[in-house]
Amino acid sequence: MSDLTRKTAAELAELMTSGQASSVEITQAHLDRIDAVDGAVHAFLHVDAEGALAQAKAVDDRRAAGEQLSPLAGVPLALKDVLTQEGVPTTAGSKILEGWKPPYDATVVKRLKDAGIVILGKTNMDEFAMGSSTENSAYGTTHNPWDLGRIPGGSGGGSSAAISAYEAPLAIGTDTGGSIRQPGAFTGTVGVKPTYGGTSRYGLIALASSLDTPGPCARTTLDAALLHEVIAGHDPMDSTSINQPVPAVVEAARNGDVAGLRIGVVKELGGEGYQPGVEARFHEAVELLTKLGAEVVEVSCPHFQYALPAYYLILPSEASSNLAKFDAMRYGLRVGDDGTNSAETVTSLTREAGFGAEVKRRIILGTHALSSGYYDAYYGQAQKVRTLIARDFTKAYEQVDVLVSPATPTTAFAIGDRIDDPIAMYKNDLCTIPSNLAGNAAASFPCGLADEDGLPVGFHVMAPVMRDDLLYKVGAALESALAEQWGGVLMTKAPELEVTR
Amino acid sequence: MTIAAEVMPIDKALAQYDPVMGLEVHVELNTKSKMFCGCPTEFGAAPNTQTCPVCLGLPGALPVVNARAVESAIKIGLALNCEIAEWCRFARKNYFYPDMPKNFQTSQYDEPIAFNGWTEVVVDGETYRIEIERAHMEEDTGKSTHIGGATGRIHGASHSLVDYNRAGIPLIEIVTKTIEVPGEKAAAVARAYVSMLRDLLLALDVSDVRMDQGSLRCDANVSLKPRGATTFGTRTETKNVNSFRSVERAVTYEITRQAAVLSTGGKVIQETRHWHEDTGITTSGREKSDAEDYRYFPEPDLVPVAPSREWVEELRATLPEPPSVRRARLQQEWGFTDLEMRDVVNGNALELIVSTIELGVPPSAAKKWWLGELARYANESGTELGSLDVGPGEVAEVQKLVDDGTLNDKLARQVFEGLLAGEGTPAEIIEKRGLALVSDDSALLEAIDRAIAANPDVVEKVNSGKPAAAGALIGAVMKDMRGQADAAKVRQLLNEKLGI
Repeated sequence: MSDLTRKTAAELAELMTSGQASSVEITQAHLDRIDAVDGAVHAFLHVDAEGALAQAKAVDDRRAAGEQLSPLAGVPLALKDVLTQEGVPTTAGSKILEGWKPPYDATVVKRLKDAGIVILGKTNMDEFAMGSSTENSAYGTTHNPWDLGRIPGGSGGGSSAAISAYEAPLAIGTDTGGSIRQPGAFTGTVGVKPTYGGTSRYGLIALASSLDTPGPCARTTLDAALLHEVIAGHDPMDSTSINQPVPAVVEAARNGDVAGLRIGVVKELGGEGYQPGVEARFHEAVELLTKLGAEVVEVSCPHFQYALPAYYLILPSEASSNLAKFDAMRYGLRVGDDGTNSAETVTSLTREAGFGAEVKRRIILGTHALSSGYYDAYYGQAQKVRTLIARDFTKAYEQVDVLVSPATPTTAFAIGDRIDDPIAMYKNDLCTIPSNLAGNAAASFPCGLADEDGLPVGFHVMAPVMRDDLLYKVGAALESALAEQWGGVLMTKAPELEVTR
Repeated sequence: MTIAAEVMPIDKALAQYDPVMGLEVHVELNTKSKMFCGCPTEFGAAPNTQTCPVCLGLPGALPVVNARAVESAIKIGLALNCEIAEWCRFARKNYFYPDMPKNFQTSQYDEPIAFNGWTEVVVDGETYRIEIERAHMEEDTGKSTHIGGATGRIHGASHSLVDYNRAGIPLIEIVTKTIEVPGEKAAAVARAYVSMLRDLLLALDVSDVRMDQGSLRCDANVSLKPRGATTFGTRTETKNVNSFRSVERAVTYEITRQAAVLSTGGKVIQETRHWHEDTGITTSGREKSDAEDYRYFPEPDLVPVAPSREWVEELRATLPEPPSVRRARLQQEWGFTDLEMRDVVNGNALELIVSTIELGVPPSAAKKWWLGELARYANESGTELGSLDVGPGEVAEVQKLVDDGTLNDKLARQVFEGLLAGEGTPAEIIEKRGLALVSDDSALLEAIDRAIAANPDVVEKVNSGKPAAAGALIGAVMKDMRGQADAAKVRQLLNEKLGI
């Protein structure tokens, strides 16, 4: 039943509720699809077929027993390899964690399991989520299902590729500077970065603690909202977790009424350096929203121009400290432990072998930025910029309900194109980074294909802290308006992947 | 490791140099769970049995602050007359050590919870004021055991074992400002300060303050400046000094060592030093320059700590009477001399005596039993005074029997002996051992007659005008009565008999 893989999560849930398909059948269909296409896509680092089928069977049994199940029970999902799952290999895309099986579940994973969601496996990512292309994975690049010669975005390239290759209807990503939204834009899917603290970081292998945010990836707005509702909410294990009710995201995704909604186009996020096809689709989308009754104004956020440098000081600083624990002493890779080397030497040899070039680059950057004598000039200054950016947002939200921009300046680039030019790579996150620095909610929704290359373009929506519902409202409105033009969601325009096995 | 330097006699050293001290005391709190997770904190559990992803620093795990530890920190701050921060943060102190799971310590840096305090210590009747720089919260590290070397240190070891049970136990670090007291008092003041802190922490019930278990550890910074100079000399930091006596000895040793170095034109190296209890010296540890870079930054995994003023005031209201104040009050109430009071305190008998007196025992009697019979037994059996089978209740019961004439002191001691041997209640022991005083005059008179008959020489001395010689007869009677006679009564009857 290969068409099961073409269904949305909401549709699959409906099929299970009405008894037309079982979770085992649905899970098996997706495992078959992974088997058939993942050789070409390489979205997964680890497929847990046995575990997934056992979870699926358990859900089927509970349903058969008449148990009241949560809305997504039995639906399969792909999990970014940066979240711990008890007993399942978790590497964060790094050699240094090769073979590590965590002894505990991340809170997000626990919530997925509690909701009966079936975890198919772990998806590829840039090492420790450092990168915008998934080319920095220690385990090979993931390919963009729209064009296998292109990158799927990063760092969550595996998660977005998995859903756009129909290997899973849902995926979990984490967004530190755009790692959910940018791959979403590049693969024509929905990617949401919830409010920082709206989803728990417990069990998320930290890149930059003050920025990391787990979030949903899906092919439709409603699916993303359904998943968002499962994973969000206060977690006493994460002290930065916000203790407030989860915004009504599902209701917003079902309703999608933008009449009277005030939308601000961020002046600074557009123009020079932006691909014409991206800008064209973005402006059309804004037009569409206007037609649906939204009020659109141009808004200025003058400090956004400093977001990138501030981000590239804060992130490596926190990362250099977070990654210090990978010392070969307790878990993961250990190199040079032949009885002749000291603990320090074993640590050095292991780090040399276990960390990739980008990770080493950022550790050195961060170590320098935090060192005495430089702290004030770098880290301290970056934190001030961060405050200014948050103020830009606050001021903007006084005028409008949400802010919008293209999700990325360009469409997906070719594999290898920017790997030797870190700055060019970093610039890809220009639009997404300010939301991470301010901690507010943001998402990318598909808004068409660029004329130049026929690749997906992402429409970026930003909303105030704990107003994640507004993202879904805009996303749903846009999705239904565009579906009329396209005869379905954008994903239906994706080329068929050749089955390799 | 350098060989111990020559030292200069302390008197000579102090004639030339003024010592300057700074003391850092680490206190393990007695919270049930760790600083940032729910793991238990019991001392002595099997290695690595009290750990979880958080205190092991596993990838993905996050800390959550133990509210009880914050409460203890505030109490300590208040008891040391500190200001309590309205808003403070944790910071990461980044350095590498195998027994530190995250390779950074979650600590407080420029925003401690308590700061700008003061306290006082008394040495030889003189009161010294110690300024407190700060008291901040942090987590303890794990514990390494080095196997295979001769010294138990890492040098020469074939491998090391790490126990993470202690990793994450809440610590408070109390840091003094520079202490400048007359040089000859410096070491004694250091000792008195640590001792005072211990009493204070016990009274606050925030720590077990077991120095032998490492729950109270002192780092002593010492430097010397030539007499009359205004600029400070280079300091050394002697780490983890583990008893009051050692604090005093370590400070003295560093003064004499540094004086010897300086007087020969040498330079004191800024370094950490290890204290050796057995030899009473310090040896060079790691060189510590000002350039040591911990790359502190605010801990992004934790939200700031902002204790409300209401809470702080509630806690202030619960503070006990400061130990030094209480001690002075009790000494006066009990009428003890300074020396007597010091024996009580040094003998860890203060609280036991307080409880015993509360049960109606006169202070002198309470002191006599606890510092005499019971302290001796505790000492011999290697147990703590407070954990004997005899408590204030038993002491009060025995004293009551003495007061009503059932027992004299000698018999009372035998009752304690029976109690400590687990022979039952005082009544049972008196019964079993036949210990009660003989109050029957005829039995005493018979014994007196026997004593007179057996000691004609003594009687003659008494009759020849030496009544003091009668003491020997009392002794004989008491012996005859196997101690079970009231000595005063015996004396009275004997005197009547001899016509004294």
